[in-house]
Amino acid sequence: MADVVVDRTRVTRATGARKGTSLRNALGRKSTVAFFLTLPLILLIAMLVLYPAFYSLYLATLNKAMTKFVGLSNFTFLFKRETFWMVVQQSCIFAITAVIFKALIGFIVAHFVHNIPGKKQRKWRGMLLVPWVIPPAMSTLAWLWLFDPSYSAFNYTLSFFGVGPIPWLGDTFWARFSVILVNVWYGAPFFLIMYLAALKSVPDQLYEAAAIDGANWWQRIWYVTLPMMRNIIAITTLFSLIVTFANFDIVRILTSGGPLDTTHLFATWAFQVGIQSSDIPLGACVSLFMVPILAVAAIFILRDVSKRGNEA
Amino acid sequence: MADVALRKVVKRYDDVEAVRGIDLDIADHEFIVLVGPSGCGKSTTLRMIAGLEDISDGDIMIGGDVVNDVPPKDRDIAMVFQNYALYPHMTVAENMSFGLRLKHYPKAEIKARVTEAARLLDITDLIDRKPKQLSGGQRQRVAMGRAIVRNPKVFLFDEPLSNLDAKLRVQMRIEIKKVHQKVRTTTVYVTHDQVEAMTLADRVVVMNKGRIEQIGTPNELYHKPATRFVAGFIGSPAMNFIPCRLEDVGGALQIRLTDRIAFALPPARAARYNALPRTDKLLLGIRPEHLTESHAHLAPGVETFDTVLDVTEPMGMETLVYFGLDGTPVCGRVDPNAGAKDGAPMRLAMDLNNMHLLNEETGVVL
Repeated sequence: MADVVVDRTRVTRATGARKGTSLRNALGRKSTVAFFLTLPLILLIAMLVLYPAFYSLYLATLNKAMTKFVGLSNFTFLFKRETFWMVVQQSCIFAITAVIFKALIGFIVAHFVHNIPGKKQRKWRGMLLVPWVIPPAMSTLAWLWLFDPSYSAFNYTLSFFGVGPIPWLGDTFWARFSVILVNVWYGAPFFLIMYLAALKSVPDQLYEAAAIDGANWWQRIWYVTLPMMRNIIAITTLFSLIVTFANFDIVRILTSGGPLDTTHLFATWAFQVGIQSSDIPLGACVSLFMVPILAVAAIFILRDVSKRGNEA
Repeated sequence: MADVALRKVVKRYDDVEAVRGIDLDIADHEFIVLVGPSGCGKSTTLRMIAGLEDISDGDIMIGGDVVNDVPPKDRDIAMVFQNYALYPHMTVAENMSFGLRLKHYPKAEIKARVTEAARLLDITDLIDRKPKQLSGGQRQRVAMGRAIVRNPKVFLFDEPLSNLDAKLRVQMRIEIKKVHQKVRTTTVYVTHDQVEAMTLADRVVVMNKGRIEQIGTPNELYHKPATRFVAGFIGSPAMNFIPCRLEDVGGALQIRLTDRIAFALPPARAARYNALPRTDKLLLGIRPEHLTESHAHLAPGVETFDTVLDVTEPMGMETLVYFGLDGTPVCGRVDPNAGAKDGAPMRLAMDLNNMHLLNEETGVVL
């Protein structure tokens, strides 16, 4: 296919040169047409992604009043602040813990849903997707009420067992637990649906062959299901890691980073520093720190995927 | 290695009975082929033997033990699937040794068995490749290798050749036969291809609508079919079925096919059919090779008649001729040099020594 395209371009170029109509020649080329067809998207990406990215790079090099170029001093200032390292640590704990639980719950529930027959499965699938479909800002508000220390359903229920009241959002451990819980609740359906699709693509006969070969259910998961789903697991994990790492709304609504900044993530802290404390260059600087961390994760996981991509 | 026995085995899916009470005895070392059209219950039967389907009623025995509730892994069987079902992330050697590794065999023995099976199947060079790097025929060999290394009591084959092209299918058919001659493991093989069934089997089990129509050696099925279904299913082109009736003419028994055509039956056949009622509901079953061109010197029991051919199909070593007898399409096989032409008249000879008489209503061969 590619050869044909190249050949045709050459032919067009040759005849075009003879006629000397370079515009028609250029328009005749497939690559030119393709470029014009993708131009709207390229412009959109440039406007919404590239421009803000470079603009934040520029902002990060200014002083607080945005009047003077200060080079990398914003970055060196950040390195000296304890809160910054706390945010790095918290972001990592938050993202890694949440993704592990989302993946685990998604995997287990996907197995259950996969084994529900026919029509019922569609109903369950629909219901289990609900947390992911509701706008997180709204559902998090509901969670905020559930976490209320005095009047919430959680503490009320726990009181029957003689437990609590638990300061869900007032204590560092419980606040971290709560934001991770809500994030898992919100994100697990995404894993569920991806894993369910992957499970459906594993041929039944592989399981039957494994059953005859003497594999028990655990060995079937370990030797058949997991290797067959490896790529989906890797891509889903990477994608979720990025989204979770950059999470804003859940933390913002539940704790606003408190108590004492112990639930801040990069995005919420950047917002607080940049917008609420009016130090936009420093905020831009904070948000830029997400890039190298996520890039490393992406490189590792995608390298693994392309290595295995040719197996199946 | 072991014998296999099925006793009144039934498989029900909700209201549908896929298998309706099958009795089958498979001897040790025997190569049994289950054959029938799709939906006849042959694959279900095989999967019940494997333990991949529960049985609704009856008993399945392997080596004398009832295995109804024994999971597949404890039945000591090996199965080759239609789409090979090789683990795509494992190499050929890993695929073949998977079962042995799960059972914690010593490494040296695993290696020895895999090497031996690879040698037997001529895939020694492919041992480190992944299934994706193999052709269809090679994958089929690996799937067989995976079965062989286990050294099971029974081999089960579920339409293993239907994903291969025609040429490779013939080649692999011979390969499977050779392997069976070497390892002599009891084998149950499912196919819808009657040629595969005839060429591979010690005995063929013809199934239809969840029941066994007939069990017999390939020759028995071909020459002495028990029912219309078997007679029509085995053999290609299929047996002709021509409505007919028996008549007594001057103390002799004759068979009337049309108003014009009636033949005196050979003595052996006349004696066999004499007691039958003289109803209209009979069918003459005659294979195309027993409808040939006429010769000057005809053997006893061979009768001639004139007809006009509708279509001829030259096959090289023979020519198939198609014509109608009172609206019933009939196929014959004549010599390519017999001068058969589309639309031309021809004198044909029918070998009544090889005829079958069937009850049209019950389909039973009389």
